[in-house]
Amino acid sequence: MSAPLTASAGTAAIARPVTGFWRRALRHRSFVLGSVLSLFVLGAALLSLVWTPWSAYDIDVASKLHPPSASHWLGTDVLGRDIVSLLLVGARSTIMVGVIAVGIGLSFGVGLGLVAAARKGWTEELIMRMSDFTFAFPAVLSAIMLAAVAGPGMVTSITAIGIFQIPTFVRVTRGSANAIWAREFVLAARAAGKGSFRITIEHVLPNILSILIVQATIQFALAILAEAALSYLGLGTQPPQPSWGRMLNDAQTLLFQSPMLAVYPGAAIAIAVLGLNLLGDGLRDLLDPRLARER
Amino acid sequence: MSEAPLIEVKDLGVTLNTSRGPAQAVRGVSFALRRGETLGLVGESGCGKSVTALALMGLLHESAVISGSIRLDGAELVGLPDAAYCKLRGNRISMIFQEPMTALNPMHTIGHQVAEPLLRHTGVSATQARQEAIALLDRVGLPDAAKRVDAYPHQFSGGQRQRITIAMALACQPDVLIADEPTTALDVTIQGQILDLIAGLVAERGMSMILISHDLGVIAENVERMMVMYGGTVVESGETDAVFTRMGHPYTQGLFRARPRLGARKGTRLKTIAGTVPELADLPAGCTFADRCTIAEARCRAALPAVVDVGAAHGVRCIRTDVSMAAGGVGA
Ligand SMILES: Nc1ncnc2c1ncn2[C@@H]1O[C@H](COP(=O)(O)OP(=O)(O)OP(=O)(O)O)[C@@H](O)[C@H]1O
Ligand SMILES: [Mg+2]
Repeated sequence: MSAPLTASAGTAAIARPVTGFWRRALRHRSFVLGSVLSLFVLGAALLSLVWTPWSAYDIDVASKLHPPSASHWLGTDVLGRDIVSLLLVGARSTIMVGVIAVGIGLSFGVGLGLVAAARKGWTEELIMRMSDFTFAFPAVLSAIMLAAVAGPGMVTSITAIGIFQIPTFVRVTRGSANAIWAREFVLAARAAGKGSFRITIEHVLPNILSILIVQATIQFALAILAEAALSYLGLGTQPPQPSWGRMLNDAQTLLFQSPMLAVYPGAAIAIAVLGLNLLGDGLRDLLDPRLARER
Repeated sequence: MSEAPLIEVKDLGVTLNTSRGPAQAVRGVSFALRRGETLGLVGESGCGKSVTALALMGLLHESAVISGSIRLDGAELVGLPDAAYCKLRGNRISMIFQEPMTALNPMHTIGHQVAEPLLRHTGVSATQARQEAIALLDRVGLPDAAKRVDAYPHQFSGGQRQRITIAMALACQPDVLIADEPTTALDVTIQGQILDLIAGLVAERGMSMILISHDLGVIAENVERMMVMYGGTVVESGETDAVFTRMGHPYTQGLFRARPRLGARKGTRLKTIAGTVPELADLPAGCTFADRCTIAEARCRAALPAVVDVGAAHGVRCIRTDVSMAAGGVGA
């Protein structure tokens, strides 16, 4: 991990905010598809704030397990709740958990990664070993441990997923920050008397921002999967708050009677995860300066 | 002559951590530079010029071990905490790098990058710093400085960017300027202009300068005193005129014979010195040049030769100067 002392000729400039970004973006297939799917899920969540066809909380056992009809477009579940309404409100929980968990992972992970790259030495070693240690515990495992202490619930799952995200962000941040620290303009900035804090804020962070955006998008998809898994296990979102993972859990006992009850939330999860992954891939292509120049 | 030196380096040594273990990249470098003096550092690629410069700037990787002493105005710099070094860098001691294409941050405007050191080291306001940046950019010969101060590095040519990095290095009127091959990456026609610009600024502001180059011609024209480096040691040092009149070290002589002639292509190699620079990790115990030297004897390889004075303040690290300076010498 030693910074090269001499100039490496030909290392080209890092992307400046690319002009014509949107023009290229609209021609990028996975970016467009990913955006459409992600916006679809986001739209569903926003819509649920102002309108749902039925209340997602009202139980009406008399009209349970209705097939799709004009009044219940996708039918009702075992408690007579409207599936469409459940999916809409479920999108909200999913996105909320995802945003907060990724927010936790991003703020702690990026912070620690930047410190590791700036300080080097034993600080870096300590941060990396700690994140290796955290990484060894999957979100589900830390959620079970947390639930044992604090009880299951949304806060527990958000915290567990958030903590699980930290090491990934630490690694990505430290890796790309180290690459920037080795660049000659950082050496020049140091020669001009800049301290490591200023260099981190002014030189390192702006230059790794696109990598972080891409990583955050992909981590968002992972958080959604983890949230669904935790709710499915009963460790995440608690009833009566609807969530896609809970819907899967509820559908499990009726798998042979009404298989579609499992398909709907499953499809919702798949759309969200696929959408975010495509979006992440698209952003990677669009924001990566090397690829950008080839286009 | 009685004036105390501005920067005084004594027995500087740098041990780097390489993949093949610790390696002595620089050994026993000593020199003193008074205010307003210029010193050249010349030698082949890999001989330790940049490592020496970075050691002076306190910019080496933290795993590098620095021995000896570097004094700026009498204050010891070796072992100085980084926070204290930050106050000196860009303020009292500045550096220009070889590669102008990568020495500027692509994400910030040039005006911002030139004004930055001013804002940090002097108490000026943002508006004043900007005015000063424009004045500096104008002084280094950037056309239309006032209009282009908000442009980004990629909008400039290599020569223009080197002018910008010079403005950046000189913003706070440093006492010492280290220029590490400031023109190597540039077009031949631009090289002279940039060197003239640097020389002009150094004279105008009474700065001391350490000019690093692998080009003897550049050294001959731009500095009062020079040091020839080979394998991490200074093999010859003295007044530029004295060294060029009576070259003492076989390496200096070889370097002179191998210099690219006027009009020769840029990047011409030193063909006439047989062999290559020794690997850092297995530097010989004796004279580092012994393996490529035509007059080397067994005792050259025994121990690192001491510096022999061959004239006033003209030292040569060779025990066979009697031979090298008699017949084999290149002379004037
Ligand atoms: N970070 C580093 N780690 C290990 N070895 C290094 C490092 N930086 C430089 N070296 C080695 O130190 C020696 C001196 O390098 P230096 O960069 O000072 O050469 P130079 O004289 O400036 O050459 P050039 O004319 O090519 O710039 C070389 O052998 C180089 O391989
Ligand atoms: Mg160099």
